[in-house]
Amino acid sequence: MPVEAADTLESTRSRPGGTLYRGREGMWSWVLHRITGVAIFFFLLVHILDSVVLGISPQAYNAVIGTYKNPIMGLGETALVAAIAFHALNGIRIILIDFWSKGAKYQRIMFWIVIVVWVVLMLGFAPIHLMNVFSEGSAS
Amino acid sequence: MSTAVADAPAEGQASDAPEAIKSFVVTLIIRRFDPDVDTEPHWQDFDVEVYPTDRVLDALHKIKWDQDGSLTFRRSCAHGVCGSDAMRINGRNRLACKTLIKDLDVQKPIYVEAIKGLPLEKDLVVDMEPFFASYREVQPFLQANSTPPEGKERIQSVAERARFDDTTKCILCAACTSSCPVFWTDGQYFGPAAIVNAHRFIFDSRDDASQVRLDILNDKEGVWRCRTTFNCTDACPRGIQVTQAIAEVKQAIMRGHA
Repeated sequence: MPVEAADTLESTRSRPGGTLYRGREGMWSWVLHRITGVAIFFFLLVHILDSVVLGISPQAYNAVIGTYKNPIMGLGETALVAAIAFHALNGIRIILIDFWSKGAKYQRIMFWIVIVVWVVLMLGFAPIHLMNVFSEGSAS
Repeated sequence: MSTAVADAPAEGQASDAPEAIKSFVVTLIIRRFDPDVDTEPHWQDFDVEVYPTDRVLDALHKIKWDQDGSLTFRRSCAHGVCGSDAMRINGRNRLACKTLIKDLDVQKPIYVEAIKGLPLEKDLVVDMEPFFASYREVQPFLQANSTPPEGKERIQSVAERARFDDTTKCILCAACTSSCPVFWTDGQYFGPAAIVNAHRFIFDSRDDASQVRLDILNDKEGVWRCRTTFNCTDACPRGIQVTQAIAEVKQAIMRGHA
């Protein structure tokens, strides 16, 4: 009981900074992995629902997918690809930590490789995607 | 006699100190909790004059001895061996006796609080019992079925001894276990320290109960709870590669033997 009490009452004073554990790359990669994982789960929920509409009729499916064609969903798609790309790359890093005998030793450098590859992928994807999203939005 | 010998160099140092080493004032912000009066912990500031040779533990002593005698913390050997004074210093688990104040950012206040995830008893003292209960559960003692040759020890090669050398260094300070995000939210998890001490016997060629320990750790709350955040490895004051040790135990469970 005192554990929970102490935890929930943290950061009640004006100095919450000291109570956040300052982990390094490993901890933040885990936090990001969790956040992106939950976000992808909620996307999949919506994605399954909109795919089910295809069973009703192709026209109904087109109508549902048509509503996604706006800039807000376009930005959401960018975030989705960003989340999936990170989750996938960091997933490979976690597999290597678990199954490669030197994985734990090189986990920190592997995290930065994940970040670099992720940035490169996003640089290739985001500008083209966003140009499409905003040019189509104005054209239609 | 022995006192005189011990005092002589200390006095010599003290007389040199004013010219040689400059003192400075540092602010410590300590998370206080007195179960008799407080319902929740609160932060309290202390200004302490310290030398560059002082550790966080020395600053805590100065506060307790000269400013506020009610400040409560554990320490025993004060030299990084007994593992009593693990605490969260500037947001990271460390031993107060192995952390030089000058190595921290002394321009800013130093935050000191109890380790996380164990029941807070008073100020910087937590109830270590759940931690030791996990430790006992992995049977951290030699279990050999064979008897050694009459009047002789059990022979072990250098390579066999090196196999578990890293995990013999543990001092049970709980810095690793209380740095683990999984342990914070799931107190049932064995935690890094228990797994490290299981590793020490699982890979010992003289021990015959590896399988028992692997079965104990092949549990929902065992090694599979590890999410490889590496907080334990970063926190260990003995430099044990904790996450590596946990990974080796995972591998041994999957292989089916040590």
